Amino acid sequence: MKKAVFVYSPEQLGYKFSDTHPFNHKRLTLTMDLLKNIDALDDSDIVPARVATEEELLLAHDPKYIDIVKKAGHGELSEAQCESYGIGTEDTPIFENMHEASAQLVGGTLTAVDYVMEGKARHALNLGGGLHHGFRGRASGFCIYNDSTVAIRYLQEKYNARVLYVDTDAHHGDGVQWSFYEDPNVCTLSIHETGRYLFPGTGNITERGNGQGYGTSFNFPMDAFTEDESFLDIYKQSMREIFEFFKPDVVLTQNGADAHYFDPLTHLHGTMNIYREIPKLAHQLAHEYCDGKWIAVGGGGYDIWRVVPRAWAMLWLEMTDQTLPIGPLPQAWLDRWQPEAPVPLIPTWEDPSPLYEAIPRKAEIEEKNAQMLAKALHIIRNEKRD
Amino acid sequence: MIVEEIMNDAPYTLAPSNTVLEALKLMREKKVRHLPVVDEEQHVLGVITERDIKEVLPSSLQDEPNSPVFHAKVEDIMVKDPLIAHPLDFVEEVALTFYESKVGCLPIVSGGKLVGIVTTTDLLYTYIELTGATEPGSKIDIRVSDTPGILFEITKIFHQHHANVQSVLVYPDSENTQNKILSIRVKTLNPLVMIEDLRKEGFDVLWPNLPGVSL
Repeated sequence: MKKAVFVYSPEQLGYKFSDTHPFNHKRLTLTMDLLKNIDALDDSDIVPARVATEEELLLAHDPKYIDIVKKAGHGELSEAQCESYGIGTEDTPIFENMHEASAQLVGGTLTAVDYVMEGKARHALNLGGGLHHGFRGRASGFCIYNDSTVAIRYLQEKYNARVLYVDTDAHHGDGVQWSFYEDPNVCTLSIHETGRYLFPGTGNITERGNGQGYGTSFNFPMDAFTEDESFLDIYKQSMREIFEFFKPDVVLTQNGADAHYFDPLTHLHGTMNIYREIPKLAHQLAHEYCDGKWIAVGGGGYDIWRVVPRAWAMLWLEMTDQTLPIGPLPQAWLDRWQPEAPVPLIPTWEDPSPLYEAIPRKAEIEEKNAQMLAKALHIIRNEKRD
Repeated sequence: MIVEEIMNDAPYTLAPSNTVLEALKLMREKKVRHLPVVDEEQHVLGVITERDIKEVLPSSLQDEPNSPVFHAKVEDIMVKDPLIAHPLDFVEEVALTFYESKVGCLPIVSGGKLVGIVTTTDLLYTYIELTGATEPGSKIDIRVSDTPGILFEITKIFHQHHANVQSVLVYPDSENTQNKILSIRVKTLNPLVMIEDLRKEGFDVLWPNLPGVSL
């Protein structure tokens, strides 16, 4: 069995709103080129992303909505006609063949699922996926189809699996959470910047699931300016306790890389350290609890030059048991991309230190986050005591 | 917003002849803390609260399961002639009554009969809804001068970007009384373009701050 496969097809780059839109899948090219430059990604590791069938998309989406996306992408509908479906907005504009491109991203995640569940690879990565804001009948926040929701339903139907979904994107994983809010066999864990300031506004600790699913949604809303230590404290404690509590058959992680200081849309002030640590623990716990079954997808990440390639490269390196690199990035990569980048590239795997000025209320923010963590995990800790 | 829109229009009630034990059971079963006491024609005679009951009951630390207090009638311990409100009252008037009179509920009376009840909890929930945050959105805080037309200038920019404004809160600037702070929730993941335009028009955007700006 292969350690891991890297799911990718050039067609995934067709998911493109415009040249100026913050969601830019050029980051896939930048990441792969970085990995190839350090001989960490071989052509034999790459498997093509299939296209999700309409039947598969229906696992998570309304037929009417799929029809709207198809027509919009073929120039058959105006922006005004689509707006109530979240399409044709500034966040999620219409682009050519948007249905086909979106179905390709979903298909990539399904390819990853099949590789892992059929035992052809221990782990699988589809960086093109992770579109966690997509709703059943509506696009939201750059996301048209929700590949993770489709993949989890597919995991349930085809493999009868109990799934833990872990979302470390700086934005709350609302679309996936609401899809499984009443389902006791899917647990969602989202760590994000508090919705008091940031899109989508949800992800409060009190969102714990409903009905049969009560107690299988976990949210960890962190304050702005959280920084690495507090972020990792929350991540490590919540992961361990939730794995132990839920005992999943398989884990699906969404690896948005937008909690970094450089990210233009968020305010958490993370550094590259968190992107070294996040995959390490996911990897370890997948082996401890799920016989290694770990599917990883991409997600947010809006500084595509300085943050995403390094962060996502680390994810693949961890997945394939390669030593996480330190020191300079390959000169060939820097030379190739610097002329195109609007900002000076970071020349090393680590961030410069200090990356930013000290945060004046650090101690208070950490204290507040720790309180939040205790409240969010109370439900599990309480049960343990009983 | 008027009271009618937020009130509970099917409140549980008691008759004056009900016992304290019955009142206690109803409160526990239905998870409510306030019960209007009405006659057969639904005229409000009084209100009984969880606290009124607790005050007359023996201490839970003492073992007095058969205390005669349980069998007392609610009319003996209820607040008679309580403050009431009308379905057409404004929610903010009711809020002021709660704040000034330190009561926890108001029976709503129309045509002399009980038609509903409003509690501080209902009011708090209404406030949460007013702040938005039930739909995907980003928050932007702007300091503006306290002059007519400013809100128009700002919403014009959101309009130009086809962005839906979900809620607007206006509150005084604690540093300068000539200013107001606008806290706006907009239905977008990417507020940067709008913030850029707000800044171009000379507005002081307080949140989100650019990286490196102190708290």
